[in-house]
Amino acid sequence: MLLVPCPFCGPRPENEFQYGGEAHIARPPDPSAVDDDTWAAFLFRRNNPKGLHAERWCHIHGCGRFFNCLRDTLSDDIVATYQVRQPRPQVS
Amino acid sequence: VTQVFRTPNGGRIRRDRTLSFTFDGRPYTGCEGDTLASALLANDVHLVGRSFKYHRPRGILSTGVEDPNALVTIDRSGRRVTPNLRATGVDLYDGLQAYSQNCWPSLRHDFGAITDRLSPLLSTGFYYKTFMWPPALWRRLYEPIIRAAAGLGRAPSEPDPDRYLHQFAHCDLLVIGGGPAGLAAALAASATGRRVILCDEQAEAGGSLLAEPDAVIEGKPATDWLAGTLATLRAAPNVTLLARTTAFGWFPDNFLGLAERCTDHLAMPDPHLPRERLWQVRTREVVIAAGAIERPLVFPHNDRPGIMLADAARTYLQRYGVQVGSYAVVVTSDDSAYRAALALHRAGVTIAAIADRRGEANGPYPAAARAAGITVRTGTSVVGTTGRLRVNAVRLNNRVAAIPCDAVLMCGGWTPSVHLHSQSRGRLRFEDTIGAFVPDTISARGYSAGACAGEFDLSRCLDAGYAAGETAARSRGSTRHFEVSGLLTCSPGTLGTDVEPHDKAFVDLQNDVTTKDLFIATSEGFRSIEHVKRYTTAGMATDQGKTSNLNVLASVAGFVNQPVPSIGHTTFRMPYSPVTFGTLAGAARGALLEPVRCAPLHDWAVAQGAIFEMAGMWKRARCFPRAGEDMQRAVARECRAVRESVGLLDASTLGKIEVVGPDAAEFLDRLYVRNISTMAPGRCRYAVMLRETGFILDDGIVARLAQDRFHITTTTGGAASVLHHMEDYLQTEFPELRVWLTSTTEHWAVISVQGPRSREMLTPLVEGMDLAAMPHMSVRDCRVGDVQARMFRVSFTGELGYEINIPSAHAPEIWHALLASGARLGVTPYGTEAMHVLRAECGFIIVGQETDGTVTPDDVGLGWMIGKDKRDFVGERSLQLADMRRRDRRQLVGLRTLDSHIVLEEGTQLVAGGDRQSLGHVTSAYWSEPQQQSIALALLSNGRARIGSTLQAISTEATIDVAVVDPSVRTLRPKTIAVPAAPHAYRSLPSVDHATTAPCPEVTLTMLPAVTRLSVRAGAAAATTLGRVLGVLLGSVPGRAITSRDRAAMWLGPDEWLVLAPVDTGLAQRADASVGGLLASVVDISHHNAAIEVAGTHATCCINAFNALDLDLRVFPVDGCARTVFGKAEIVLWRTATQVFRIEVARSFAPYVGACLEEARQEFLGETSPRRR
Repeated sequence: MLLVPCPFCGPRPENEFQYGGEAHIARPPDPSAVDDDTWAAFLFRRNNPKGLHAERWCHIHGCGRFFNCLRDTLSDDIVATYQVRQPRPQVS
Repeated sequence: VTQVFRTPNGGRIRRDRTLSFTFDGRPYTGCEGDTLASALLANDVHLVGRSFKYHRPRGILSTGVEDPNALVTIDRSGRRVTPNLRATGVDLYDGLQAYSQNCWPSLRHDFGAITDRLSPLLSTGFYYKTFMWPPALWRRLYEPIIRAAAGLGRAPSEPDPDRYLHQFAHCDLLVIGGGPAGLAAALAASATGRRVILCDEQAEAGGSLLAEPDAVIEGKPATDWLAGTLATLRAAPNVTLLARTTAFGWFPDNFLGLAERCTDHLAMPDPHLPRERLWQVRTREVVIAAGAIERPLVFPHNDRPGIMLADAARTYLQRYGVQVGSYAVVVTSDDSAYRAALALHRAGVTIAAIADRRGEANGPYPAAARAAGITVRTGTSVVGTTGRLRVNAVRLNNRVAAIPCDAVLMCGGWTPSVHLHSQSRGRLRFEDTIGAFVPDTISARGYSAGACAGEFDLSRCLDAGYAAGETAARSRGSTRHFEVSGLLTCSPGTLGTDVEPHDKAFVDLQNDVTTKDLFIATSEGFRSIEHVKRYTTAGMATDQGKTSNLNVLASVAGFVNQPVPSIGHTTFRMPYSPVTFGTLAGAARGALLEPVRCAPLHDWAVAQGAIFEMAGMWKRARCFPRAGEDMQRAVARECRAVRESVGLLDASTLGKIEVVGPDAAEFLDRLYVRNISTMAPGRCRYAVMLRETGFILDDGIVARLAQDRFHITTTTGGAASVLHHMEDYLQTEFPELRVWLTSTTEHWAVISVQGPRSREMLTPLVEGMDLAAMPHMSVRDCRVGDVQARMFRVSFTGELGYEINIPSAHAPEIWHALLASGARLGVTPYGTEAMHVLRAECGFIIVGQETDGTVTPDDVGLGWMIGKDKRDFVGERSLQLADMRRRDRRQLVGLRTLDSHIVLEEGTQLVAGGDRQSLGHVTSAYWSEPQQQSIALALLSNGRARIGSTLQAISTEATIDVAVVDPSVRTLRPKTIAVPAAPHAYRSLPSVDHATTAPCPEVTLTMLPAVTRLSVRAGAAAATTLGRVLGVLLGSVPGRAITSRDRAAMWLGPDEWLVLAPVDTGLAQRADASVGGLLASVVDISHHNAAIEVAGTHATCCINAFNALDLDLRVFPVDGCARTVFGKAEIVLWRTATQVFRIEVARSFAPYVGACLEEARQEFLGETSPRRR
């Protein structure tokens, strides 16, 4: 069970969290203005990197907040967590 | 005479405490402190089992968990039968009954041994190569007979009667292994005051020191040093010692699984105690002191009973007081076997010879052996052994005559137990000097010390353990030297085998893998050691190759002519040794498998003899049969009552969310397909909510209570996912909207009153509002009896209908008032089945039944909901995609069977004429009483255009003609004249008082009385104002509650508090009124939760049986609070005093949480419970 550092509550056990898929996929501000391909990409196309992955988590059984998380998919190490709508942190 | 091979003195067993046991039905005796293996050896029983594949007679190889041969079944009678236990790990108790495995009719005469004669035909891969055809025999012969001939013990077939528990624990340092290195590490760390857990898989800690009569540590005999060290550790309040506890798995973030065997060593276990406990330990640092495992040597016929590991023989002698034979030959490639030979020699065992594979052996121990007169032959190996059920002679390569003997003691060196280091993703390197892999770089915070790091000298093990403990505890890093005398230096053994491929030289004893099998695998082209393992099965099964892995590597390396390191090693996976399913499942089975949620009127429904069904976790009354009725008749009667007069449904399970804030209407506009902002306060709308993909997520009623406050309902199963979906959009896509969401699902009980006479029945009970003036799809506040209620005029039946929302605790009294008031109208409670029929008669959909995640609003005929002027809402853009507008999409239609009495099966496929192409499927099907006709709803390709046509429904038995009709065409009025129902007497149920559990100082559970609970969401400015009205500050420190006299505010999130106060039904309104223009949401959820107090010295231990938080006072102090997970329920945990916790839990989860706590508390109720610190 991972220990997930919630930006609001601090490190808490993984079973309090829900995974929410890749982060930084912005909903087009005016969906009617984008073509079908762009919309389909927004809905379905996701990265599946080996290594660092920015992803959404929700502390659903804790403070209820969504936040973003930079996790290494190879080692399962969580490198950083940050609030929604903040830019992805630069990690060396 | 029993125990003829027991020595007169020495060892740690209690010769004055004799224990009786049986093996295969024969009675024997042993002593307290024995394992089953040592007791059997004391009685000269070496033959203990038959091997997996060839049914060869096998004996005890070792003293520990690694033993591949000595697998037995322990029968505690009744349902307590455990197969595949290693006799070396079974602690003897009085009355123990053990049985050998994999033999028939007896261990000595095993029919299956014929496979040994056939072994030339049964080489590796034979099963895959031979039994390929004809396919007809796969299921008749190959699988049931040939495959079944191989095997280990039999799995029990009855449910397990024992209890199992989990325990979450946190520490600064976990020490794995209680041998010299582990003890030294714990000693170092305990002095720093940090939390230390030391676990050891054996009955007592000590490891090699338990068989160390010669060594002197720091001037004390090893036994005394051990006793003193353990006493020091036991006295330290910050140290927890766990015996019989195996660290079996290492998971990310220093989270380790430990399996504790609590009662298997007891003759008469207290039924209050758990049999096994899974410790889930989160630790900052780990010291791995897992020791090393002695390796067998590979030579022809090396598997006979009586052939065992040399140091194991010494351990049996010096720890258990057992001689493993009287005339032994020692074969070795390691000095430690000389030490064993000397010890046995001094105890009176004749050592016929020591045969050393190595060219020379000149260390202190070989010299001592020669000095003792023992014949030592270097450059010598074994070429064969004889003896059917026990070895009786050995042939050496440079001697023609065989040497008679009754024991062969072998040692092929030592293999460090690097399993956990490797599981933690640490790397390994091959150490030539000891011929084994040792830990190299670490990737988690785990430090290997002692024999598991390749260090076999006692003094250096102690020093290294202490240093590792110091490092892990991050103190000054001082070192300590442990002076050891009395032992000689051992030069380590070498790895290697000089056996040509031989079909009786066993490399892996548990799986009967020989050097010949490995040779075949390599000659057939297998190179990767992982492939060789899977092809030959070497290293698989219960022992996971603990004694065989390196010999496999050495053999393969020899056959492909490469050095061992280039072959690599197989992956070390958890579990280190077998863990029972009971341990992994813990308490989560039977009633505690998952919560069963019951609505507030559940007890009443039970008293009426209702039939129930599960809807997700909810248990709902399906119908209420009266005497002599079957379910069909009961449902027909209930439906008829709603159509003719009035019926009552407990609809409390509906999800409810209160949406509050100035932008609430705008937010709901974006979430629902319908316009919500155009709706006036006091009105309701039915609407569906889509996923972004355009498919229906959920449906429900949206009611506007005020300009900035909505009460929305969700389906029973959708409550949690809809709230999560809405929070997701609110927090991540529309953060500019000022809205708060609060679940009120369990605060409100909902009684649905449906039928033409519903208003007539309700009018006398309702105050403060004119029912007659209430339009369809509206909501009003009112009073029902003395209870403040929210009245909805809505219908899911097509009849005049109302849904009364009342605080949950009042549900029974209102329900009884309604039954009394409606008695003269024949008011009839109805269940979910009648609800389904009634709505299907109207063509109303149920999300999850008519929808499956691929259905759009238009598909189910709800396209009209989407206003022409409706702007962007979630899912809108996807509805414009070409595929979503295809004409042949499956659309909702009604079906009528031409033979009106056939009720279709849900899921039946629909076809046209003789065509076999499915056009759609039946989603709901019922008998409709008023129509005297079977009805169904279906999703049908281009369905609306097919209305009026006839199709065929294909079931497994028949093809049924069905007419496609408009789903909403209905005849609701019965064709027959209604007969007035006779008044029916409903049984009432005395209310159950949740009392305090039987008191015990360790843990007492108490149901706490009702309070007012408010869910408060507020920005900083409003929080200050609200605090004044509420009488308690809304604090900003995460995870802290603030208390003020009789009230408390718990911080649950950055803008969320749970406020508790003495019962005050007006508090929410006063608070809400006080905020004025400030941003805040106050929602009364008084009835949403129940509260349980857990108090006592072991309260944390009970809570941590189901909850993973660290409840140490320094981490979770008094007034610490958190929303968290308890088993499979969500709770809010608040520490109100050092040893007192309050658990706030949604009322339907309270029985589950209470039962879990009661289960965790059981072990403190027994008279013999060992108190855990």
